[in-house]
Formats: sequence, C-alpha cells, structure tokens
Amino acid sequence: MAILEIKNAELSIDNKKILKGLSLNVNEGETHAIMGPNGSGKSTLSYMLAGRDGYELDNGSITFDNIDLTPLSPDERSNLGLFLAFQYPVELPGVSSTNFLREIFNSRKKYLGENELSHLDFIKFLRKVAEDLSIKDEMLKRYVNFGFSGGEKKRFEILQMALLNPKISVLDETDSGLDVDALKIVSEGVNNLKDKKNAVVVITHYQRLLDYIKPDIVHIMSDGKIIKSGDADLALYIEKNGYSEILNEKS
Amino acid sequence: MVATTETINQVKTTTDKYKYGFSTEIEVDKAPKGLNEDIIRFISQKKDEPKWMLDWRLEAFKKWKRMEKPNWAKVSFPDIDFQDIYYYAAPKAKKKLNSLDEVDPELLKTYEKLGIPLNEQKMLAGVAVDAVFDSVSVATTFREKLSEVGVIFCPISEAIKNHPDLVKKYIGSVVPVTDNYYTALNSAVFTDGSFVYIPNGVKCPMELSTYFRINEKNTGQFERTLIVVEDEGYVSYLEGCTAPQRDENQLHAAVVELVAMNKSQIKYSTVQNWYPGDEQGKGGIYNFVTKRGKCLGENSKISWTQVETGSSITWKYPSCILMGDNSIGEFYSVAITNNAQQADTGTKMIHIGKNTKSTIISKGISAGKSQNTYRGQVQIQKGAYNARNFTQCDSLLIGDTCSAHTVPYINQHVSNAKVEHEATTSKISEDQLFYCMQRGLDAEQATSMIVNGFCKEVMKELPMEFAVEAQKLIGISLEGSVG
Ligand SMILES: Nc1ncnc2c1ncn2[C@@H]1O[C@H](COP(=O)(O)OP(=O)(O)O)[C@@H](O)[C@H]1O
Ligand SMILES: [Mg+2]
Repeated sequence: MAILEIKNAELSIDNKKILKGLSLNVNEGETHAIMGPNGSGKSTLSYMLAGRDGYELDNGSITFDNIDLTPLSPDERSNLGLFLAFQYPVELPGVSSTNFLREIFNSRKKYLGENELSHLDFIKFLRKVAEDLSIKDEMLKRYVNFGFSGGEKKRFEILQMALLNPKISVLDETDSGLDVDALKIVSEGVNNLKDKKNAVVVITHYQRLLDYIKPDIVHIMSDGKIIKSGDADLALYIEKNGYSEILNEKS
Repeated sequence: MVATTETINQVKTTTDKYKYGFSTEIEVDKAPKGLNEDIIRFISQKKDEPKWMLDWRLEAFKKWKRMEKPNWAKVSFPDIDFQDIYYYAAPKAKKKLNSLDEVDPELLKTYEKLGIPLNEQKMLAGVAVDAVFDSVSVATTFREKLSEVGVIFCPISEAIKNHPDLVKKYIGSVVPVTDNYYTALNSAVFTDGSFVYIPNGVKCPMELSTYFRINEKNTGQFERTLIVVEDEGYVSYLEGCTAPQRDENQLHAAVVELVAMNKSQIKYSTVQNWYPGDEQGKGGIYNFVTKRGKCLGENSKISWTQVETGSSITWKYPSCILMGDNSIGEFYSVAITNNAQQADTGTKMIHIGKNTKSTIISKGISAGKSQNTYRGQVQIQKGAYNARNFTQCDSLLIGDTCSAHTVPYINQHVSNAKVEHEATTSKISEDQLFYCMQRGLDAEQATSMIVNGFCKEVMKELPMEFAVEAQKLIGISLEGSVG
C-alpha cells in the first residue's frame, strides 16, 4: 500500500523554480534512497513534505495514506506519522533535551490516544533507547542540539525518530559528518525501527550509507526532478562513475 | 490556522468570564471616594493605629500633594483621577461556593493548565475546602512553626500595633516616602501588606510562599511590605500567584522594603499575573510598584526574581542598595507582554560598599502590539572599590507589531570597578518553530517551549514548587500570539 504519493510537485522559492515536476511513490515496507548533486532540491523536497512555511506547492499533489497533505500544518503532518531528520538540526538554547523529548513523546502518545508515560517511566524508556544509539545521559542533560557535535546532532535526530515511531521517515544527509563507527550505530538504529508497515527515505550523497541501510529503490535527483530510478546497483554505479554520465544522458 | 483561532476565542471567553468569576462580593465597607486628610484619618482609625503612624501618613500626604506624576517611563495611559478612587474598602468576603461544579469552567480550565492541585483550585476559586485539606489548620500549624523559631510574619497593620519599634525603625528607611509620586501616595494610604522579621541566626524553616499557597492572601490596592532579616538570617518569600487575578481597582501602587543585615540573605520572588485587560488593554490593572532592598550588613545578599505576565501597565524596578562591604544584589526577571500590554521594568543596583557585586539577568518577551522596556541603572559610588556588575539583557520578539527597548544607565565613579553589559534582541526563529512543530508540537506548545528555554536562567531561580507553574503560565500568556 502506498504511504506517500507525490505527483508532479512544482515549487518555487523567491520566484525561482526549485522543484520542477517531481513524482515519487513510497509504499509500506520500502526503503528509498534519493541521491543527487548539491543544490538539486533534495532538502527543499523534505521541507515541502514536512510543510514548512514558504515551501507550498505551486502545482502537483502530495498525499499521505490517501490524505491530502497540502492544507496540513507541520505538526499535523508529524502527527500523521511523518518524520524528518534534519540536514541541519536546530539548536534550542535553554530547552533541556530530556524535557524536549518527553514533551514530543507524550504529545505523540496523546495524539494516538495512548497513555502518556510518567516522568520516571519515560526516563527509563529514554535511557534504553538512547543507549542503543550510544547516547550518553550527559548529552540528554544538555540543551537540544546546543553545542552538540555534528555526529551527536545526527544521533539525536534518530533518537527522536525512535521515540516517535513514525510511519515514514525522511533522513536528510543523516550520514554527513559521521565517522564509520557512528555511521554503523545510526544505521543500525534506523534498521531496527524498520518494519513491514513503515517506510524510510534516505537522502544522501554517498553510497557508503547504503551499505548499511539497504535501499529497495534508488532515485537520482537533478535540477528539481527525479531523472532516474533503479535498484541498489544504481547507487554503486553512481559511486563509480559519478553523476555526469546520467545527467548527460538525460540532456 | 484553525487551532489558533480556537484558542483566541477560548482566551477571549476566559477573560470575559473573569469578570463574572471574581465579582461575586457580598458587602463592602467603603470610605467615600477621593483623598484628603479625613480619609487618611479614617483609614488610620479603622486600622486602630497609634498616633505616630497617623502622623507619618499625614506627612506623606502633604508631600504627595506637592509632587508631580512621573512621566519618564515608556508607557502611556489616560490620566488617573486620584479623587475618583476609593482609598479604603474593608476586605470583601467572597461568596463561598459548595463545590468546584459551581465554579466557572473556563477558570477551572486555566487552573488545570497551570497544574494547580485540586485543593488549591478550590481555595483560589473560593470553594469551601474539605476536612482533608483544612486551610485554617494548616495555616495555624505554619504559624506555630514560625513562632517557635522567633520569626514574625503577620499583616503590616498587626505589626504596627504589636511590633511598633521594629516598624518605626525600618518603614521608609529603604524607600523614602518621597522617593516617587506613588511611594508618597502609598505611604499616605496603604492598608494591606506583610511584615516579616527574621531574628539573628534564624533560617526561616519554610518558604513563606508555602504559607501563601494555603492562606488566601488579600492583595490590596496599596500594599506595603517590610522584611527585615537580622545577622545570618535567611528567608525566601514569594509574592503573587500564577492563577489569573482580577481586581476592581485599576491602580495598584505597592511598596516593598527589604533590609538585610550581616551575612543574611533575602530571596524575594514574584509571580505577577494581574488581569491585563482585553486585547485593547481596556480594564487592565496599572501596576506601579516600588521595590527596594538594602544590603545594610557586610556579606549580605538580596535576590529579586520576578515573572511578570499580567497587568495592562507594569512600572516596576526592584532595586538593591549595596551598602555593606562584599554584599551581593541579584535581579532575575522575565517580563512578558502580549496584546496591548506595556511593561517598563528593570532594576537599579547602587554600589556603595567595597567588593560589592551585582548580577542582572533580564528576559523580555513581547508579542502582539505590546511594548516591553528594560530600564536598568548601575551606579558605582565613590568608595565602592572593586565593585562588579554583570548585566545581561535579552529581548525576544514574537511577530512584527511588538517592540522591545533596552535603556541602560551606568554611572561609574571608581576606576577599578568592572561593569559588563550584554544585550541581545532576537526574533523567535522560524527554524526553531518549524523544528519543534515537525516533532508534533503545535505552534503554541512550540513557542512556549522556545520561550521557556529563553527564560531558563531566570526560571531556575524560582522556588521549585512555582517553577513548573510559572513555566506553564508563560505558555498561557502567549496564547494567540502565534499562528
Ligand atoms: N531559502 C532559500 N532561499 C532561496 N533559495 C534557496 C533556499 N533554499 C534553497 N534554495 C535553493 O534551492 C536549490 C535547492 O537547494 P536544496 O534543496 O538545499 O538542495 P540539496 O539539498 O539537494 O543540496 C538551491 O539552488 C538553493 O540555492
Ligand atoms: Mg540538502
């Protein structure tokens, strides 16, 4: 069953067309990878999906579980089960990480009509999830993303993903800035969350992430469109030959 | 956004209904409107005061008549007609309700949002409290506990009668009668307020806030509070309440005086949530307060912490006079203005003694069409060798129609003193809002979270039991400001 359907998405920022008729279908259980040169519009796509202000579609449609996403605010989309791991996670000075996590966790529970966890139960649960991602207690006492290293920020994104247990997760360059060990931990975290009912879309420059998170389908994005899709071998091909050949073949 | 309009409507109904919720009074014992010597005699007589107190009031009145209203604060409001005010009204008994079912549900919703425990909700709403939580007996227990260690804690009118020497010695010693227009007025007509005396070496065994929580406090129009802490004593005092408060008196002009002796410490926290008026500010309270502490003794310390969210107009500068060598003054403030609110607040740190230190952390948050001004003065007088001040003054704007102003005054008369001032103004960032909302928080939860983060340094100074409520209060104050 399709979770996400993007049809002919067109979007401009400051009167400049960024997405130029992009289509993408993601079904339950699938892992997709989107690769493409810098500036091709990958992050723009992720913001558009998440409903960021100023990233409204000019044309086209997006549906999530057959619900039209376009009129929904970012929090409403999140509640449906859409998660975005940011390429550049945002610092929230003064907001303790633990409190933030508890707030978003309980807010999700509330939306789902499930019981919120008491402070103590939440802490226990959080400790366990954090441990699997090699996140130390000390880090959870700091302010959200504040003074976190690049790798810490990325792990913190996946920690939030684990707490919210979304239906579809878009990971925007979650691999950048990670060393091999961290990459393994993060990938394992993502793989552990994967099941037959949810889906993952990883946006990446590098094939190396795809050694750990195995994609079912790989898309090449260029200049606001998906220009080629294939299986995992497409990523290997790009790794070896670069984008130029595919781009040339298109134009 | 749909959710936001809903909330605005909800806030509207809540505020509309405050009027209803709080105006159920029975019988009023009022002096006629207006101010003259006879009214002051009437007040003094009603309070059964000794002659010296009456004389003091009359003297203050004489001086007040010759004074001019201050107009330097960055607030504007229609002229107050001081002859159109009642200066004496006996405490009004609120109609007792039998259960929370009789209380306005919107008001209960606000209490619930603040996380106020059920029994306290009853107290605040004027519902008869059940036997398990008998406020009178709890209050009595507290009173006994305090007197065991020699702490005096009573209404100022009682102290005038029972502890005249102490009151005589200290009243007006920190805030002179003629300090400003409103202090002179207050000195002439004050009727309510508290007196606290902590003897030598006594650490007050409980937060005096705890006491207020269970003992409904009658906040008056012209309150007068005096706190004196002797050598090595300590007290933490909390004034106000997170629950919204309405009052039919539009003008409030309180005076608070603190005196700290050698090695003593006073922690004074305020949560102010007076009715701010409607979106245009109509009907809101004018809160003109003079608060000042004197670190008279060496190594003494006075900390002011305030969370100001209410009032139509706030005009308030809790200050410290650092006389004793090595004394410390602190000011931590969060001032939130929304809709048409105006706040002009800040502090004065007057360094007189050697090695005196002061810290000022001010967080101003403006939303709606509001005005938020920080006005701070740091004065290093001759002889205040090695004095230190650190001031950090941050403003956060929500939306495009509000404004924030920072007005620091620094007078330095000593070469080896060190005064540091940092100021920032930022807008609530789209990035931060989007990030929080992507995690499922709605615009108001997200704003509240970010703003609370912004205020963290101040909030952590609040007594524990209030910090959580105050956090929620910040969220509630900003409702309807985003979306
Ligand atoms: N806020 C913005 N304002 C103007 N141009 C932008 C903005 N964000 C992105 N762009 C432009 O949109 C294009 C796509 O950017 P982006 O989505 O970040 O690409 P990618 O993530 O694939 O590197 C780039 O040309 C970039 O300069
Ligand atoms: Mg990008």
